[in-house]
Amino acid sequence: MSSTLLRTVPALRGALRASGTPKAAGALASTSFVRGKATLPDLPYDYGALEPYISGKIMELHHAKHHQTYVNGLNSALQTIAEAESKGDFTKAATVAPLLNFHGGGHLNHSLFWENLAPASREGGGEPDGALKKAIDTDFGSFDSFRRQMNTALAGIQGSGWAWLVKDKSAGTLGLVTRANQDPVSGPYVPLMGIDAWEHAYYLQYENRKAEYFEAIWNVINWKTVASRFEKA
Amino acid sequence: MVNFSNLLQYLALQSPLGSDSTNTTVNLAKMGLTAYTLPALPYAYDALEPHISAQIMELHHAKHHQAYVTNLNKALESHVAAVAHGDVATQIALQQAIKFNGGGHINHSLFWKNLAPAGSAEASLDRARSLVSEIEKTWGGFDQFKTAFSAALLGIQGSGWGWLVREAGNGAGLRIVTTKDQDPVVGADVPIFGVDMWEHAYYIQYLNGKAAYVENIWNIINWKTAEERFTGQSEEKTEL
Ligand SMILES: [Fe+2]
Repeated sequence: MSSTLLRTVPALRGALRASGTPKAAGALASTSFVRGKATLPDLPYDYGALEPYISGKIMELHHAKHHQTYVNGLNSALQTIAEAESKGDFTKAATVAPLLNFHGGGHLNHSLFWENLAPASREGGGEPDGALKKAIDTDFGSFDSFRRQMNTALAGIQGSGWAWLVKDKSAGTLGLVTRANQDPVSGPYVPLMGIDAWEHAYYLQYENRKAEYFEAIWNVINWKTVASRFEKA
Repeated sequence: MVNFSNLLQYLALQSPLGSDSTNTTVNLAKMGLTAYTLPALPYAYDALEPHISAQIMELHHAKHHQAYVTNLNKALESHVAAVAHGDVATQIALQQAIKFNGGGHINHSLFWKNLAPAGSAEASLDRARSLVSEIEKTWGGFDQFKTAFSAALLGIQGSGWGWLVREAGNGAGLRIVTTKDQDPVVGADVPIFGVDMWEHAYYIQYLNGKAAYVENIWNIINWKTAEERFTGQSEEKTEL
């Protein structure tokens, strides 16, 4: 799992940089992005492992179909860019930017998402502790207040998108951001925990009752992953 | 039925209300305006099967469209109160909610009426002679148009709609446009028909297979409605 991420995420970052997005620190450490192909990472748990909060059917479609489509779209966009580059056709390369952002963002976002979830019977749910808890208390007042703010942000997304707990590297504080469609979190923000608010993430189980999904998902948040991202950010 | 002139009339009303309006529970009726209501579907929930399941139609109409109507009325009522209190900041803050929910109401109202049961008279291309002839002129053939329209639908990144519109002005032609989220077709362009590409429009039945949804939607386009919108005979023209 993590080796797949290590192989694909730098490839993505390199690609995004080529489209004009500021590069993430450390992206240049990898030289694999030119020849590397993004691949679908394995889930770190079974499809049914997040039940009853997220059904096995949703997880399977979400991972094996939706995420796979972003991986394919990313590779196809990268290939188009490489071909355009070899012909010196930069106009062509530039026209692929929206596809690169969409599929590259979709691959990155879902890769982060799977890892910040875990079965409720294992690391999932509960509340963060240690330095992460302290930072949340400082920047949001309390864990409950953070949860409420995150759910309000999720409910306010008009269309498809994501909400993220982020660390603002320039300010050194935690914050909440939402992103439309598959736009990745970038700039000074380091994504710590994301929640997918696309309808495909919940519709088969929750239908139009998305507030129920936003409540349920807290039972499967992997705070261990979030804390380790926080420490590295 | 969407009565857009009410919305415009409302937005034109910028003067503070009378002295009895200082409470914050101002409602649209007190403004002499009608609250928007969910229009009835012109067919039964199962009438579009097998192309769109009854379960999808019921959720889509009774839950999703209803939520846009409810939230539009709420936003408008808050806006009325903000106008009454001279609170410009709140009026500005409400614009996005009015646009999103108002757009959702307009788009779905247009959508239901530009669908019809497969095999019905309205779903026959024969009902859209002048539109089809203009389509053939513009795209070089009906199949070419279908291909272009389907590609536009499948190219939408995230939630949105695809529309065939008649452009306003001299030499007005047909054009395919996509709008994101619930943005409505704006300006003087006339929407001829629209297809909802939000996942809620197809997911329960088609799952991630949205190409199949797009292929099947061609069986249930209401060409009678499309022709009327194209030739300007639709009653909606003044109401929208
Ligand atoms: Fe997703």
